[in-house]
Amino acid sequence: MIGMNHYLILSAILFAISVMGIFLNRKNIIVVLLSIELMLLAVNFNFVTFSSFLHNVAGQIFVFFTLTVAAAESAIGLAILIILFRNLRSINVRDMDQLKG
Amino acid sequence: MMLTYPNLIPVLPELFMAFMIVLILIVDAFTSESKKGINLVLTLLTLAGCFIIQKIIDRGVTQLTFNNMFILDGIATGTKMFTYLFSFVAVLYVKRYVCDKQMLKGEFYAIFLFAVLGMMVMISADNMLVLYVGLELLSLALYGLIALQRDSVKATESAMKFFILGALASGMLLFGISFIYGGTGGYLQLEYILKAMLSQNDTNGALLVFGLVFIVAGLVFKLGLVPFHMWVPDVYEGSPLAVTTIIGSLTKIAAVVFIIRFLIGGLVLLNPYWSIMLLLLALLSLFFGNIIAIAQTNIKRLLGYSTVSHMGFVALGLVTVNVDGVSATLFYIVTYSLTALAGFGVLTMLSRDGFECENLDDLKGLSKTNPVYAGLLLLVMFSMAGIPPLVGFYAKLKILAALVASGYIPAAVFAVVMSLIGAFYYIRVVKVMYFDEPVKEIVPADTCVFSRTILLVNGALLVIIGIFPTMVMMYCNQLITG
Repeated sequence: MIGMNHYLILSAILFAISVMGIFLNRKNIIVVLLSIELMLLAVNFNFVTFSSFLHNVAGQIFVFFTLTVAAAESAIGLAILIILFRNLRSINVRDMDQLKG
Repeated sequence: MMLTYPNLIPVLPELFMAFMIVLILIVDAFTSESKKGINLVLTLLTLAGCFIIQKIIDRGVTQLTFNNMFILDGIATGTKMFTYLFSFVAVLYVKRYVCDKQMLKGEFYAIFLFAVLGMMVMISADNMLVLYVGLELLSLALYGLIALQRDSVKATESAMKFFILGALASGMLLFGISFIYGGTGGYLQLEYILKAMLSQNDTNGALLVFGLVFIVAGLVFKLGLVPFHMWVPDVYEGSPLAVTTIIGSLTKIAAVVFIIRFLIGGLVLLNPYWSIMLLLLALLSLFFGNIIAIAQTNIKRLLGYSTVSHMGFVALGLVTVNVDGVSATLFYIVTYSLTALAGFGVLTMLSRDGFECENLDDLKGLSKTNPVYAGLLLLVMFSMAGIPPLVGFYAKLKILAALVASGYIPAAVFAVVMSLIGAFYYIRVVKVMYFDEPVKEIVPADTCVFSRTILLVNGALLVIIGIFPTMVMMYCNQLITG
């Protein structure tokens, strides 16, 4: 029988993969943006799980908001990526070295 | 089913602001390049209007609306007023710069007002959903503001870094929220979360603590504490000075109120866990912020690291979890915003088209070329270092007093030692201004008399509040106790 814990573990794995994707990735900014999306989806998965097992609808409403914000966020992210590409002629993470962070 | 209309009185300032933003966008689309000044006038009117409306609707009692999702209590009213006031001042400081750098072509003021709207929503949120939406409204507007300078590699790169790390922090915060939601048995309302934890019926302690770790990580990122501080110096250095002024001063108030609501309002029963986390992060930020700032030659970057150490102080105030500590924190953040506003204001006004006043060398001999600006920057630096009788001293003193009263004596001693180290790089700025020979003469852009007067008043306030802090301190205390 698949219980709540299994769902939670799956979403935690997805979350961990996306965090790894952001930190270990040294090549491509698009992959970073994909990881950010994956992270928000892992959170949504978590909300839906709780919402379903607790018989409480608030979590599913939250998911709608997160999805909307995620869409706006990726739009802004891609817009910044485009102007960055115009300036740098590259989307390699390693080329972002003007500021020593 | 009856559909009842929510009470719109408490949200009037937000509605007015949203309406004005739309109006500014429309006006902007229909005015010619030479008449863009009308945007500025409308922005100032909006902020002044919000201030007045906020004052009128304040009845001295807590008002709730939208199914208790939106709260207007003492702290919300007070900090929103500060936000309007500081935004108004910030707009006056940056208006010349924005014109010179050709940033007015975009919708600088509209995006800026969106950021202010995000802060207002964050300050007034009583539900984790509203907190999240407000936070995103603020963050998305800030990403846009930084990237508005499209042809600068530095600005776009810092926007990208800010975006990636900001999205990561929001993701962590959300992940934490989802566990709090599950752990309390389905509550998103901060008040009910507290009630559910008090009754302990359906709460799951393990889930709550697990969620709390992610929430603290997300919140602390927004403040910029070590080890989540990487974005602060990069964003400060990369963004145009006008935007650094906004990020470095205004947003901090909303972020602190956000944390007070979250940790002291909703999750106060978990304070044994989060106090120790905040304490550790605060000490780390005091250490790394002050040590790394010594090596900086870019003044924006220097102020970035100095922010990290100041936020360490703020976090120390929250660790105490009592009225004294929290009101000292509020006082600290309000006066810090005021100080940072004056500091960035001076740098912004010294910059011109094609010249960004950002290196320490640019300030060489400033006292001979521009004595008034040098004097103001001196006040700011001494206040940040915590030298009496300036306001930074009293703010630090109150936080340390609250810490000692709560028994965190080693932490207080450590904080004092670190501020001593910090004084070195603040005083170096003063030394560069007063004792070095000028390399090249800085001719400040021709700003209007009104802005310069406000800047002078701002500098004078640092001294006046420093000598007579009681009134502001009492006000902050009153906001916390309600």
